[in-house]
Amino acid sequence: MRTLSTRRRHRLAGPAVLLLGLLAAAAVYAVVQYAVLSPATAETDTVSARDVEAGQELFLVGCASCHGVNAQGIDTRQGGNYGPPLIGVGAASVDFQVGTGRMPMAQSSQQAPRKAPDYTEEETRQLAAYVASLGPGPAIPEERWLDYAAATEEDVTRGGEFFRTNCTACHNSVGAGGALPSGRYAPQLDGVSARHIYQAMLTGPQQMPSFSDEVISPEDKRNVIAYIKAVQDEPSYGGVGGRLGPVVDGIYVWIVGIGGLVLFAIWIGAHGARVKKKS
Amino acid sequence: MSDDLDKSGRDGENLPAADPIADPGLPEHQWRPTDVDPAQERRAERQVTGMFLTAALLFVLFVVAYFAVEVDAIIFDYSASNIALGVTLGGGLLLIGMGIIQWAKKLMADHEMVEMRHPAASSKEDREAVMKDINAGIEESTLGRRPMIRNSLLLSLGALAAPSVVLLRDLGPLPYDQESTVWEPGMRVVNDVSGLPIRPSEIEVGQLVNAQPAIFFPQDGEEEAEISGHSQLAPKAKAAVIVVRMRPEDITPEAGKENWGIDGILCFSKICTHVGCPISLWERQTHHLLCPCHQSTYDLADNGKVIFGPAHRPLPQLPLMLDSEGYLVAQSDFLDIQGPSYPEIARHQEKLDSES
Repeated sequence: MRTLSTRRRHRLAGPAVLLLGLLAAAAVYAVVQYAVLSPATAETDTVSARDVEAGQELFLVGCASCHGVNAQGIDTRQGGNYGPPLIGVGAASVDFQVGTGRMPMAQSSQQAPRKAPDYTEEETRQLAAYVASLGPGPAIPEERWLDYAAATEEDVTRGGEFFRTNCTACHNSVGAGGALPSGRYAPQLDGVSARHIYQAMLTGPQQMPSFSDEVISPEDKRNVIAYIKAVQDEPSYGGVGGRLGPVVDGIYVWIVGIGGLVLFAIWIGAHGARVKKKS
Repeated sequence: MSDDLDKSGRDGENLPAADPIADPGLPEHQWRPTDVDPAQERRAERQVTGMFLTAALLFVLFVVAYFAVEVDAIIFDYSASNIALGVTLGGGLLLIGMGIIQWAKKLMADHEMVEMRHPAASSKEDREAVMKDINAGIEESTLGRRPMIRNSLLLSLGALAAPSVVLLRDLGPLPYDQESTVWEPGMRVVNDVSGLPIRPSEIEVGQLVNAQPAIFFPQDGEEEAEISGHSQLAPKAKAAVIVVRMRPEDITPEAGKENWGIDGILCFSKICTHVGCPISLWERQTHHLLCPCHQSTYDLADNGKVIFGPAHRPLPQLPLMLDSEGYLVAQSDFLDIQGPSYPEIARHQEKLDSES
């Protein structure tokens, strides 16, 4: 305690006490918020009228400028659309587009890129509830079809067959993604949650075709997700620096590999140290 | 100017003297530290020996790692076995090479020497003796005097090419029978992998189904598919199709193809007409189908027309209809030859057109 008491007149003592006080206040606030407001999260599984209302408010602020105040879409003079209509796209579409940060778009471009989401889980749920209330569309998938950990080895193999038949043309056989014309691309599937992969297959965002549950059953979709996750969990047998694709591997070989050989050649050919003295 | 040159060349007036600059010879040899200082010499010796001994140790470690490290063991997300074997064997080889170079640079004698070049050709006597022997051989074989024997021998050797052409042909099947596939009227279009038949109501606008003819999958009550196992491979590679659904108002069918789809559901060959890659890179908004191999691009809303890339035939379309149970079935086989193009394709297509 002597240490504290001798330093109480230090010129940084005041700011330090202030900082501690602020941190304590923030901690109390966080605990209170969690304890008092958390009952709201208990209702996450049911869509209430309040969610739809809250979602509509969020929609009017964040989405209506492109998609129209009634989500009817905004057409351009050229016959395209500024933002497509969202009536009937369903909760799954909203959860995918907003949950992966693709919507709202930061700027108009060939393709909306994946980025950190702008809305919280709660807000995304409310937006989805509002758009789902506009017309029937694909719903957010049930948890049991996202539980890829439950897939057996046989399931993963079957999922792999579906993946190679339906997905590899664009997303590459291990989900590394690939290029499309005019600056578009099929994104890589690394780090995408099971729910978002399922919703992408179901709704077909942007240029991606959709794969309805009637043609590729929910269980087979689960198996496809299990295959993607299994492939991503595989260790890199190619060694350090692999798995980045042929271009990066090629640059690595050119710079590090051939560069190393050049350095050895210089060492072999270099004229070493000499002395005047004779032996 | 040119006159001057000619003149000087002819007269040899301006030719350089035989040896205008005296040959300076080799510079005086300079010694390395290891040549004059025994301590440096011993140090270099220790370095080289150290590298060779370390290499030997790494090779022993390689054998140890080969048996001790489990093949599926993982270290930092990499294969422990691959890393252990690679570091020991590669490191050992690298150290042997570096040791040899260090040895050569520091310890081996490095006196400069001059070795004059000599002509690459054999000596005149050798060449004459060889030509004499060859000419004597030709003379004694009477080849020069008996052209009939020579010509008939050449003919027989030429004729030897004929059997080899026939035998080489046996190395693989010729690209025959591309005009027909296993598709026939009323055969169901089923989902690839699962083999389930498809109803139009199950396909949304913007959907892609990678499909196959039902003949490759066991149908109701069947134990095994009609074509299965190894014999399935070649026909499956020809009969693969994709089914897509677009808004009917977006599609502009050619004359005669108006009833080939069902409410915007169209079925096309999955095999690129360029060199036969499977294509299912489908952009739902542009209606473009891309081949991942050489970027041939087909517009499926416009009868599979090629709009980009090296392919020059439109993608063949499979006419669709519904069977009594409401499932998608083929109206007939492809009317255009599917698969990659080949030299005789125009002739074969004419034959196919006249038959149908």
